[in-house]
Amino acid sequence: MKREKKKNFRELLLQGNEAIVEGALKAGCRFFAGYPITPATEISEQLSVRLPQVGGTFIQMEDEIGSIAAIIGASLAGAKSMTATSGPGFSLMQENLGFAIMAEVPCVIVNAMRGGPSTGLPTSPSQSDVMQARWGTHGDHPIIALCPSTIKECYDLTIKAFNLSEKFRNPVILLVDEVVAHMREKITFYDDEEVDIFNRVKPSMPPEWYIPYEDTPSGIPPMANFGEGYRYHVTGLTHDIRGFPTSRPDEIDPFIRRLFRKISQHFSEIQFGEFFETEDADISIIAYGCVARSAKRAAIDARARGVKVGVLKLNTLWPFMRTAVEKILKKSRIVIVPEMNMGQISREVKRVNKGETKVFTINKVDGTIITPEEILARIKEVG
Amino acid sequence: MPEVTKLIHKYLRHDKKFPHVWCPGCGIGIMLGALIRAIDRCGFTKDEIVLVSGIGCTGRLPVYVDFNTLHTTHGRALAFATGVKLANPNLKVIVVMGDGDAVAIGGNHFIHAARRNIDLTAIILNNSIYGMTGGQYSPTTPYGMKTTTSSFFHIEQAFNISELAVTAGAPFVGRGTVYHARLLDSLMEKAFLKKGFAVVEVISHCHTQFGKLNKMGTAVEMMEWQRDHAVTVEKAQQMKEEELKDKFRIGVLIDKELPVYLDEYEKVRQRLSELGDKKP
Repeated sequence: MKREKKKNFRELLLQGNEAIVEGALKAGCRFFAGYPITPATEISEQLSVRLPQVGGTFIQMEDEIGSIAAIIGASLAGAKSMTATSGPGFSLMQENLGFAIMAEVPCVIVNAMRGGPSTGLPTSPSQSDVMQARWGTHGDHPIIALCPSTIKECYDLTIKAFNLSEKFRNPVILLVDEVVAHMREKITFYDDEEVDIFNRVKPSMPPEWYIPYEDTPSGIPPMANFGEGYRYHVTGLTHDIRGFPTSRPDEIDPFIRRLFRKISQHFSEIQFGEFFETEDADISIIAYGCVARSAKRAAIDARARGVKVGVLKLNTLWPFMRTAVEKILKKSRIVIVPEMNMGQISREVKRVNKGETKVFTINKVDGTIITPEEILARIKEVG
Repeated sequence: MPEVTKLIHKYLRHDKKFPHVWCPGCGIGIMLGALIRAIDRCGFTKDEIVLVSGIGCTGRLPVYVDFNTLHTTHGRALAFATGVKLANPNLKVIVVMGDGDAVAIGGNHFIHAARRNIDLTAIILNNSIYGMTGGQYSPTTPYGMKTTTSSFFHIEQAFNISELAVTAGAPFVGRGTVYHARLLDSLMEKAFLKKGFAVVEVISHCHTQFGKLNKMGTAVEMMEWQRDHAVTVEKAQQMKEEELKDKFRIGVLIDKELPVYLDEYEKVRQRLSELGDKKP
């Protein structure tokens, strides 16, 4: 008798945007608000079908300002929420991004980076929103930004983005470039795969004892959802521990410092990357997004020719992975930072370098990906 | 204990934040009173109410009352409220805005919320000026009036907020004034109980800015102006066009039935769930 072997995995050929949708649903996303924009539209289209199937809600808002406002509102009402956009829309979202940071509302914002400034290159890739993700909204603030370079990472980092936003009560930006957003790769889902899902910590005390913005050892206060009996005030104004607006210096200072501290004392939980052949590397490449793929190829090809090249791939762009980068700077004779902008991450690398090693850049801003050949040529040139 | 004291004890926040930010004589307090009385009469619990606001004098209102309160960014209150309501339909979401908040910076969200017909109540206090920033002209400043950014005279035409809401498709629109406080109570009550997007425009005064710049007198005199220029919808039907020239109508301007967003969305959910993996 022929026994039918039951497959315990599913193999799918997915686009980056589709993998983000899978990751979001796996993480427990139940609300999405968005506005059509290339190259992020597939996320909206798919979630408009998938979310209602799992009891969630999709809405197409009148603009990106409304989209991020709606996801913040939904998150306050208890739903894990996400929006997806590209450069122009991300610019429109900046004010409310600051609101989510100030009011400490978990949410995920996907920015599929295209060429800019302005309307720029709607269907071409770039990596030029890295600094906007860091400093786009006004005021001093902490931020988390993750950056996938493979389809599997699109899935994994979307889940991580939700987990981190829920854990640290901070918006998390997923910076995808157009190449990764639209590229297709095989991705395998195992039935018995265990995925860590983090849900926001809710208050355990009775409502009359609840102090919504009270400092805790972790710096992260528990979060009550609207309608659960903990009636409190949420505002974008600088507020005291009860959430009420304040202009007292002795209340403002600890509040702003706590916002920073809740991220800075948990770097190890937030920063992800990959060291590829860096142990003995003479020349190291620090790359992220689609360019990290070319960097790996270039390293393999260079090693075949006898040049010891390694790659540090950054999956977390903000907070900047200083410790990992310093390790590379100490080890390598030369560091090359290729990116599809005029030097946004290389600026950070140079900032932490402090004369350890020589840092070179490759800056490509013509709307095409940096190829392995271009990286190899640069290795030859500076090596 | 008199009724008003009971309501104050029940609904105002005791822990902090008094005195309030509003000028003596301001109409926002009257609107807040009507809001509380209407909520109390409708029998909502404090836990199920979410009070959302934008920026400006009216935007400061939620901080004083003991509900789930959300003070958002300028003009975006309705978009935040949309998310709150869709994520938890059991919540009763009420949005308070000023005229600049609702129909200048937030104009796009306002017309789309009206069109979309989500079960929200939008209360807009219209005092024809930006009060908090010092008296600049707003989209409802009438032609010819003085403000700090139209110091000679205002050359633009004003928005009629209620008519804008009707045209944008809101199934319930009412207009009241802070002079006609009892009418305001009943308009808010009707709006809260309406299934769908309900708008209440509250004509108020800013004697500190608008009144002073245009020599309209004290808060009391400006409220007398409201009394003299407001005509009920019923009375307006018997009046001639020219008699209504410098008057505005108060009462329920429209009350109709339209498919409500969340009811329709439930149908989408069911239909898509039946389809499963099949593409629609």
